[in-house]
Amino acid sequence: MSSQAVVSADHRPAPRYVEDVIRAALVLTMFWGIVAFSAGVVIAAQLVWPQLSFDSEYLTFGRLRPLHTSAAIFAFGGTALIGTAFHVVQRTCRTRLFGGAPLGWFVLLGYQLFIVVAASGYLMGITQSKEYAEPEWYADLWLTIVWVAYLVAYLGTVLKREEPHIYVANWFYLAFIITIAMLHIVNNLAVPVSFAGTKSYGAWSGVQDAMIQWWYGHNAVGFFLTAAFLGMMYYYIPKAANRPIYSYRLSIVHFWSLVFLYIWAGPHHLHYTSLPDWAQTLGMVFSVMLWMPSWGGMINGLMTLSGAWDKLRTDPGLRFSVTAVGFYGMATFEGPVMSIKAVNSLSHYTDWTIGHVHSGALGWVAFIVFGTMYYLVPKMWNRPAMWSTRLIGWHYWIATIGIVLYITAMWVSGIMQGLMWRAYDELGFLQYSFVETVAAMHPFYVIRLLGGVFFLSGGLIMAYNMWRTVRGEPEAAADATRQAVAA
Amino acid sequence: MPTKIEKDVLSGQDTTGHEWDGIKELNTPLPTWWVYTFYVTIVFAVVYCALYPSWPWFTGHTQGLLGYSNRTELTRELDAQAKERAAFVDRIRAASLADIRKDPELFNFAMAGGRSAFQTNCMQCHGAGGAGNTGFPNLVDDDWLWGGNIDQIYATIQHGVRNADDNSRQSLMPRFGADGILTAPQVAAVTDYVLSLSGHGKATPEGAKIWQEQCVACHQADGKGNQELGAPNLTDGIWLYGGDRDSIYRSIFFARNGSMPAWGQRLDDATIKMLAVYVHSLGGGR
Repeated sequence: MSSQAVVSADHRPAPRYVEDVIRAALVLTMFWGIVAFSAGVVIAAQLVWPQLSFDSEYLTFGRLRPLHTSAAIFAFGGTALIGTAFHVVQRTCRTRLFGGAPLGWFVLLGYQLFIVVAASGYLMGITQSKEYAEPEWYADLWLTIVWVAYLVAYLGTVLKREEPHIYVANWFYLAFIITIAMLHIVNNLAVPVSFAGTKSYGAWSGVQDAMIQWWYGHNAVGFFLTAAFLGMMYYYIPKAANRPIYSYRLSIVHFWSLVFLYIWAGPHHLHYTSLPDWAQTLGMVFSVMLWMPSWGGMINGLMTLSGAWDKLRTDPGLRFSVTAVGFYGMATFEGPVMSIKAVNSLSHYTDWTIGHVHSGALGWVAFIVFGTMYYLVPKMWNRPAMWSTRLIGWHYWIATIGIVLYITAMWVSGIMQGLMWRAYDELGFLQYSFVETVAAMHPFYVIRLLGGVFFLSGGLIMAYNMWRTVRGEPEAAADATRQAVAA
Repeated sequence: MPTKIEKDVLSGQDTTGHEWDGIKELNTPLPTWWVYTFYVTIVFAVVYCALYPSWPWFTGHTQGLLGYSNRTELTRELDAQAKERAAFVDRIRAASLADIRKDPELFNFAMAGGRSAFQTNCMQCHGAGGAGNTGFPNLVDDDWLWGGNIDQIYATIQHGVRNADDNSRQSLMPRFGADGILTAPQVAAVTDYVLSLSGHGKATPEGAKIWQEQCVACHQADGKGNQELGAPNLTDGIWLYGGDRDSIYRSIFFARNGSMPAWGQRLDDATIKMLAVYVHSLGGGR
């Protein structure tokens, strides 16, 4: 059976693409991935054994947690997005990156500078105390400059494209770049205390500040962690599977419904707070309506594989991407459920939320990046395949077991925590103190740590495999032959 | 490139005729179940918005047919719990502390309510089991600063220690060293004397002299303290701020004077009564 049912008839010569920037981005993505997973393991261990902060202000959970989240989302995820965005936009527009290598390097390295400035600030205690928007005003200003350059490079490439139409992956990447710019600027409006100091005061106050923060925060999930990685999926899954996209119509309808509905869903982070009731209602119903638009991406990702499912046996890289889409579907169902106020009254402020976030971050974001990199790294370094296909398989199973341990531990722990908080005894008094709930969660924190160690181990295997692939050793050819024989 | 619609042999669907870097798209119609589920969520949203406060306009927002608000829901839930407790709480309010302890039913209720209130309000300083911490008295032993019978415990909880409440427990140990009442060697000498009271080390005549001049007014000649003044017993080897020589030296040099909130300003009387019963029962109640 041929998996190339639709044969390309296109024989135009390829333009000279900017690729050094993409290679650098792939290496940096791997580096930041290891940093992010390690930081996660450290803070997971601190939650099991609090003495691991060693009474040092630089190692407290409060400073390391934003280091972990920023390393995962912005450093690992963001660098992967910049690299793949430049790859996808050049290929699908069949033209060299607008601004060429200089603009590409400026965006990539400028973004790295932002990460380093922000992360070192966290360790020194410099923060705006806004979740996912911790960097202070000077880092924010620099990121704004870098982000505008990113938009110029991306949009410029789309505008000078050699193809008549704009491919769906580019809609998603572009929606991500534009919306993140808007969110970043509005949420970070602040007045510095002095131009020589790091401290600033935000332009917003009270519940308005909370609402803008979660309008930002939820759409960081929606446009950074969802839309952008859907763009990644829309290029690398059909490429790796060598199958056409399942439904063009579905891609249009789910793209527009997703971007329209997502932007309203932020208030569900503020259920049962001083946010007015009407805003909570709207946040909830828009989140519920978001379910099918989110699943549109899952359907298009999975159904694109129809006719190519056999590839999952031989291509563990593609297995990562497909599993990612599965986790995406699960997390985007769980999200609307958790936004329902009755459910949220149990789940809010508990570990359930942490589990939900990680089924998205580990299962969807990291896995789609892994799948993409296993496809892209051999391509970018002109190797026939990754150095070892067997190690990709090991990475897949170790990481998957890690995620399952993590998520299930947090589900059990979170639901137990929520139930203990609201439990009344038979005489009508609250049954548990806060510290009793913390003690009850201890075993699940150990399981979570174990899951994190698994996930990190998988990442280290990948880094080793990538290093050997880039070095270009003869084993690659041997391994590829072995695999071909086995298949 | 020119648009060229092809048929995909595997799915039987037409392509859209576009191609990017070898990627083509099928023109598969939207899955029916997807469309209808999407419609159902939209209908749910419309109905929910009609029932609950939702759409804003310039001067307000729609109230919703159910007349719902977070605040009324919270009040309703709290009222329901309060109603469940009401019969017992009324009896606690009316009864004296001694009577509560004599009535097994009331005592059982007060212990449960006292524990619940303790875990919410008191354990942050006194520990989950009441064993205290440096600077925060142990409530499990029989060493009391302000008295350990149930009425004294009630008064301490109600009015607190060294705060702005009119009936707060008040007393102030001088900062003997920091305010220049004693020199550093004198503080050291009296430190040795204080240590000797619990059988540690040997006191000097100078230390004994300073003790007589400066300390006995509150701590008594025998060092057993005075609960009227919250002056601790220095002979029992139980130390709130540490019993090593350096800690005692610092206690004399700088004084300590810890404080506790007046819970009567924050909790209702029945809750304070239940707390008194609970704390009294922890181990050292007299």
